[in-house]
Amino acid sequence: MRIRISHGRIIDPASGVDSIQDLYIAAGCIVALGRAPAGFSADRTLDAQGLIVCPGLIDLRAQLREPGEEHKATIASETRAAAQSGITTLCCPPATTPVVDTPAVVNLIRNRARQIGLAKVLPLGALTRGLDGQQLTEMRALKEAGCPGVSNDLRPLANLLVLRRAMEYAATHDLTLFLQPEDAALANSGCVHEGPVATRLGLPGIPAMAETTALASMLALAEQTGARCHFQLLTTERAVQMIAEAQAQGLPVTADVSAYHLQLTDLDVLDFDSLCHVRPPLRSQRDRDALRNGLGSHVLAAICSDHQPHEADAKLAPFVETAPGISGLETLLPLALKLVDQNILSLSAAIATITTHPAQILRLQDGGTLSPGQPADVCIFDPLHYWTLDPHHMHSRGHNTPFLDWELKGRVVYTLLDGVLIHERGAILE
Amino acid sequence: MNRHTIQLDAQNRLRHFLTIEGLKRSLLIEIMDLAESFSGVSEQSVKKVPLLRGKTVVNLFFEPSTRTRTTFELAAKRLSADVLNINIAASATTKGETLLDTLHNLEAMHCDMFVVRHASSGSAHFIASHVAPHISVINAGDGRHAHPTQAMLDMFTIRRLKGDFHKLKVAIVGDLLHSRVARSQIHALSTLGVDEIRVIGPRTLIPAAAETLGVHVYHDMRNGLRDVDVVIMLRLQYERMNGAFLPSEHEYFQVYGLTEDKLALAKPDAIVMHPGPINRGVEIASDIADGRQSVILQQVTHGIAVRMAVMALTMRSHAAALEAT
Repeated sequence: MRIRISHGRIIDPASGVDSIQDLYIAAGCIVALGRAPAGFSADRTLDAQGLIVCPGLIDLRAQLREPGEEHKATIASETRAAAQSGITTLCCPPATTPVVDTPAVVNLIRNRARQIGLAKVLPLGALTRGLDGQQLTEMRALKEAGCPGVSNDLRPLANLLVLRRAMEYAATHDLTLFLQPEDAALANSGCVHEGPVATRLGLPGIPAMAETTALASMLALAEQTGARCHFQLLTTERAVQMIAEAQAQGLPVTADVSAYHLQLTDLDVLDFDSLCHVRPPLRSQRDRDALRNGLGSHVLAAICSDHQPHEADAKLAPFVETAPGISGLETLLPLALKLVDQNILSLSAAIATITTHPAQILRLQDGGTLSPGQPADVCIFDPLHYWTLDPHHMHSRGHNTPFLDWELKGRVVYTLLDGVLIHERGAILE
Repeated sequence: MNRHTIQLDAQNRLRHFLTIEGLKRSLLIEIMDLAESFSGVSEQSVKKVPLLRGKTVVNLFFEPSTRTRTTFELAAKRLSADVLNINIAASATTKGETLLDTLHNLEAMHCDMFVVRHASSGSAHFIASHVAPHISVINAGDGRHAHPTQAMLDMFTIRRLKGDFHKLKVAIVGDLLHSRVARSQIHALSTLGVDEIRVIGPRTLIPAAAETLGVHVYHDMRNGLRDVDVVIMLRLQYERMNGAFLPSEHEYFQVYGLTEDKLALAKPDAIVMHPGPINRGVEIASDIADGRQSVILQQVTHGIAVRMAVMALTMRSHAAALEAT
């Protein structure tokens, strides 16, 4: 299948391209920009006039719930939602049942995703067996099976010695550690940011120091071991400063932030809105502004959806008893674009946070760019399309999002995966 | 729906009673005035008025309670309602039924009012936003969030004994962090316009950013009690203590227990209140609890009239809702 994408505004942050030109695809790969290669005749031309053509989005953190929690969502349901949202690569945390701690589970997930063929799925391997925080996994085998890194998710490690050994061992095999800094003891049984809102609502708080103390020890160990670390879902002003300092020292550390932490604050919890129950919690406006500035100054390189689809019942209980998490695939692009309207990022920089930079963090050999020779994973969206998120028209199985009824701007029109048009105007092409 | 407006109907009448926060001063005064008119009822030989005749009130207690449940029960009976007591701690939820299932089952039995106590903050609000439109929900304590009828009976007690709120300095002493009573008292006192609210306790038991509630924070009890008109002692809740909040009861009593010498720093006519149950020798000395300044038992008595008032007010909105359908 040879495809010509005509008259679109091509934005490819990796190569610095931002101009209106045609893109040519053949045999699953991008073959040329601008002028057609000699002898190219398109089987199909996609008119992208007025649309933006960028690399397929790469989401650094999305839970697909399979295996183990298929009542919440499946790889099939969520990769479908991803395709409709312009996301072509999903990196998923290892907290499935069973945990991603053996190559067998990695293969199970990847094969399932390959069969369905709507997105590339890269499971992170568990850092410890069963995420128990004590015994290291066979990381080399996990890497060979296709894990781009290892993570203990939000589960605590038994002690800093385990983390030290994990860093040393991961570094031995050139694996990136994906870390979520939160001290379990300081987080206690909290469920919202410790501050005026928690005090008013009488909800147990998670103090900012739960994040900063954990991050401080992780950074101290990273400095000593030289391990490559990617910090996920930072939420506090101080954490952004600490990452900036570590980067200034030359440590190989990167960090991301969720799309929702960039828009919401703890004030959104004021009505006991369980849809705003997330972990790590929504913090103060000052923290949110610091996260935005951290993106603007490139300390935070990427935005993830932190997609966590839930069944309706999981959110139907008093706040503390509800399951944390937001169904975020469908709002990843529009919320990233919102930062452009909020004068935090340029359009190209916003696109880089969900394409090029995640590709670099995952150290993908290919993907995240539209250079000739690369696999043709492409997202084509209308930047001026205004729409409202409606639970009845969500594609993810999880409808748990506080962005319902928000007016969003920017909608995906076409998605291509390895040169195949898999989604067109809301319809999946089987 | 907004947490503050869900408790009012379209005519701004009290539909549910979930929190003091966001209610107008005039409504709090209306509750106290109505309670005043009911307080005669308990002293009559026939202790009943027919305001809630034919209505069914369900006391839905997911946490154990004696005083609060009993006074709600008495209040409902004095209004001639039928009362059903359900202790869920030992009932449905242990069989795997969700809170919402329990509610819908009770709704199917045509109840009119739920009086709810639950260990999770926000549970009363959650229940109010999911019940059928003709049902009123009264919060009898949700987690650390609110206990609005307790706060109103405390206000009623203060008004009876002290009159005008505007000149009063009130100190609340003890475990503010875990106290739903204190949160509701603070909202009520500031809505009613007291001169000053002080909270007194060790840093481990004062919630983060407490001053944003409009209070002055003291860690030295002697400074905090100076010249106050009302001293409210809070129960030290052992059952909520799951960490290193305090070294010992003994040291707590030394520093924050109400004793005669500390109380002497307050105004000579200061009153001493406690929502109960009291821990003698932990937060309050026995001779103070039983002393001439203590009004602890009057608070209990006033609880019945105040709860009658709240139930009667929500039933006005209820009657209007039934008429509309």
